[in-house]
Amino acid sequence: MRDFSYLRANSLDAARQAAALPGAMLLAGGTTLIDLAKCGVAEPDSLVDITHLTGLNSIDVNERGATIGALARMGHVADHADIKSRFPAISEALWQAASAQIRNMATIGGNLMQRTRCPYFRDPMNFPACNKREPGSGCSAMGGVTRGHAVLGTSDACIAMYPGDLAVALVAFDAIVHLGERQIPVDDFFLLPGTTPDKEHAIEPGEMITAIEIPGTAAARRSTYLKIRDRQSYEFAAASAAVGIEFEADGRTIRDLRVALGGVATKPWRARAVEDALKGKGLEPDAVRAASLLAIQGAVDHGANHYKIELAPRVVARAILRLGETA
Amino acid sequence: MTLELSLNQQPAHARQGSSIGQPLTRRDGFLKVTGAARYAADNHPPGMLYAVLAVSSIARGRVASLDVEAAKAHKGVVEVMTPQNRPALAADPDAKDHPFMFRLDLLQNDQVRYPNQSIAVVIAETLEAATEGAALLSPRYEVLPARVGLDGAESFVPRGVGVGGPAVQHKGDVEAGLKSAKTRIEATYETPAQYHNAMEPHAIVVAWDGDTLSIDTPSQGLAMAQGRIAGLFGIAPENVHIRSPFLGGGFGSKGMISGPQILGILAARLVGRPVKLVLRREQMYGPVGHRAPTRQTLRMGMDGEGRLTALDHHAKTTSSTFDDFFEPAADASHTLYASPAIATSHDAVRLDTGTPLFMRAPGEATGSIALESAIDEAAYACGMDPLEFRLRNYAEVEPMTGKPFSSKALRECYRQAAETFGWASRPLQPRLMRDADGFLTGWGMGTATFPAIMFQAEARAVLKADGSGVMETGAQDMGQGAWTAFAQIAADGLGLDIDQVDFRAGSSDLPNAGIAGGSGHTATAGMAIHNAGAAVIARLADLATGDEASPLYGAGNEGVLARGGRLYRRDDESRGESYAEILTRAGLTEIEGHGKGAPDPASQENYAKHAHGAVFAEVKVDPDFGQIRVTRLVGAFAAGRVINPRLVRSQYYGGMIWGVSFALHEEAITDRRSGRIQNANLAEYHVPVNADVPSVEALLVHEDDPHVNALGIKGVGEIGITGTAGAVANAVWHATGVRPRRFPIRIEDLLG
Repeated sequence: MRDFSYLRANSLDAARQAAALPGAMLLAGGTTLIDLAKCGVAEPDSLVDITHLTGLNSIDVNERGATIGALARMGHVADHADIKSRFPAISEALWQAASAQIRNMATIGGNLMQRTRCPYFRDPMNFPACNKREPGSGCSAMGGVTRGHAVLGTSDACIAMYPGDLAVALVAFDAIVHLGERQIPVDDFFLLPGTTPDKEHAIEPGEMITAIEIPGTAAARRSTYLKIRDRQSYEFAAASAAVGIEFEADGRTIRDLRVALGGVATKPWRARAVEDALKGKGLEPDAVRAASLLAIQGAVDHGANHYKIELAPRVVARAILRLGETA
Repeated sequence: MTLELSLNQQPAHARQGSSIGQPLTRRDGFLKVTGAARYAADNHPPGMLYAVLAVSSIARGRVASLDVEAAKAHKGVVEVMTPQNRPALAADPDAKDHPFMFRLDLLQNDQVRYPNQSIAVVIAETLEAATEGAALLSPRYEVLPARVGLDGAESFVPRGVGVGGPAVQHKGDVEAGLKSAKTRIEATYETPAQYHNAMEPHAIVVAWDGDTLSIDTPSQGLAMAQGRIAGLFGIAPENVHIRSPFLGGGFGSKGMISGPQILGILAARLVGRPVKLVLRREQMYGPVGHRAPTRQTLRMGMDGEGRLTALDHHAKTTSSTFDDFFEPAADASHTLYASPAIATSHDAVRLDTGTPLFMRAPGEATGSIALESAIDEAAYACGMDPLEFRLRNYAEVEPMTGKPFSSKALRECYRQAAETFGWASRPLQPRLMRDADGFLTGWGMGTATFPAIMFQAEARAVLKADGSGVMETGAQDMGQGAWTAFAQIAADGLGLDIDQVDFRAGSSDLPNAGIAGGSGHTATAGMAIHNAGAAVIARLADLATGDEASPLYGAGNEGVLARGGRLYRRDDESRGESYAEILTRAGLTEIEGHGKGAPDPASQENYAKHAHGAVFAEVKVDPDFGQIRVTRLVGAFAAGRVINPRLVRSQYYGGMIWGVSFALHEEAITDRRSGRIQNANLAEYHVPVNADVPSVEALLVHEDDPHVNALGIKGVGEIGITGTAGAVANAVWHATGVRPRRFPIRIEDLLG
């Protein structure tokens, strides 16, 4: 572990200035950063501790939507009464993420910056080739242990899976990431690996996530997050789905549908093809199952992760049908 | 060491009469939950330096270069130990004088024979500097291809398996038995490599003083560790003082002192200062043992009544290229089911891994999941209920040897567990039960068994003139409750209330308590304690019955009872006096007695000794997702005398949960190109979390065993895994109709 300097920022501007310096990283809950430092992926020269900044941990919910400060803890957001009632998928995604201990420490802004669990990415000492760490160095995962790797959004350079839960729900409900003044849709905040897997987020040096805004919609109010995994807790998704639904006045025709997938893609994966196929239609189980297959259009497996292609559409279909049952 | 009990939290009922059998809470529990219990790595002698291992990236080859200068130039780094400057040893680390001496990697050369082998040690003023120094070594290697997997090398038949048992055994004619059978099954099962993953990593804090060593390190076998260290450094065993009051789990990986622990001692020698060395989690995947993978094929033949006509169990396993430990998986078929013909056999391949080792229920756990799965398949093939099938093939004598059992209450285990579980309403066919939420529901069972093993142990008992007692044995508490159970045995052995006994353990300067392993620690050290107590009481009785001033004068040894700090005449309990009175009058400040624990050769010869149990499991499986959840476990176990039912139940719970882990979670996943394990961390090497274990029940079935030892103790540490793993697998089949043949069972195995 290399020595690094530690700065406790006392204002947002000071934090952004300090974090803009080469080798600087922001420190919030630390649950990801310390982990990455221990495995040698993160080697910061300086840490800028933003946990003492005030005004960044509020959770404001009203008719128009929710605004969650970047420093709000995962656990607080998960248990917030208005989030639970107006954005159940958000609360459920958070409850099923990580462990209670981690949720109590980790912040919402930090959660968006969570990095992949690809074991090759996380082991620079033993696997020097990783395009995400060292552009152009190659990919050690392809041909290796791939059970947890992505089947959607992959490229020749990288198949690392985006592991988080919250952002899947955020993508489904068109959340907006506030980077101070600049605002960017969360779907655009996460980048596909393409030829530049090292660039994961549309955030520039000197920028900092300050808040996440989620528009209040009928679909968000009637939503759920379904996460499938071998272990009941403290495991990343084998496949997950964030789904929200709004019916027409007849109570059965789908007016609005939101579908996003987790555990299967290189970024939180909005499945608009499924949405488009079902909007304006009734909630028929067979039609839902058929439409859900569109969620894995273009999927490519790398051996052991093939099962995700089978699993993901079933998870989507179940989530949609379950929301329908609660009509 | 004496447990520093900061509170007397023993319940009042423990203070009267017998301590054995009381459900006392752990005497060390308060220390542990308050953080006051001092584990090895908590020690910090003055002047201590930090040592960090540099370990190999490759599985096979040699270290071509290390940038020692770069590491040494890093601020805070004091020294780098490599094969060039490693202090000399008095013995070759590759010598193997006996089967329990495992070859160690102690920087004897530049060869690499498995991933995460130690290739250097960096010693620094801080942990951070040592860690960075290790990274700066930037090793370069000459790499040879890694040999990986059960088909990764040419197989051979090992000379011995487990602790040296024959690799191939048989009785009767299996082929003829199969031929004559009305129904036959054959099935192959694979179990993965598993790693012990004790919560507490292997750690050592060591200080040299001339040729004497002061060591804090977790050890399941203090005297063995002491002897091994003394041999390697050419010093007298009594010059090696090891303290190990608490282990944060061991499960076999701390049975033998490991290479990294010895490297800590070498590092301290090199720098002439105390040193602390703690393994990182990922460094535990290599040099401290693991459970080897297996591929097991079982063949069974049954007659028209469902009686076995033949049982053939073959297991293929793996070892390292440089040492021998072979998981004796097929031996699980020796003891449980009656058959006129039984054959067991093993073969193995040598791979570029660390040497496998004993891991909680070595052989029994791996063998059990395959055997119990196959028994389930055989029962179904015969159209029989799995419990009925097991009772039809109930072994009245040990099948392989024909010896009578010293005791066997397995029928009662089956009965109690089945009744509690509600087994009778189980449909024979799979995939018939669904719950209100639509989950496929399945019920499965397995038989549990583990041998009642004893090693050698000694204890020393002291009675003091103030009426209190001391009991000393170098026993090891690795979480199983030794501090408490042994104190209970000591209290009864000394005829004292438990709070009048100073029980000392966990240190190598105490009498040799043998090893906390093989589920034999309570029986072995417990018998030493019992006998030491009897010896000192006999001396006390001599004093009293030979003293005309005593009310016990003339009663003779046999005519005296010891209870509550007093001796009584057996024929007249109104006549007695206190220990304090006897000793004070004799002018003695204290008297002592010694005792041993060891297996009785005659009963070894004449009886088969095993603990038994029956485990029933309920699982629910999502029909669309193949997601499995265990919802209920009921086990009933008969393991002789129960010293402390609370602790014994905890052992069964822990074992049963481990069985769930075996069936559904644990697997070290190897990158086949590099030979490296890719989930060497607790986030991705899965064991069950609390939410995976909703309901576990362990029933204690009464069993008197007059043959195992005078206390009637068998052992409870490992049996819970056996039976459970198979019960879960069988429940998955019953829920889904899909027969698991590869463990752990994953979502993709059931997606259909």
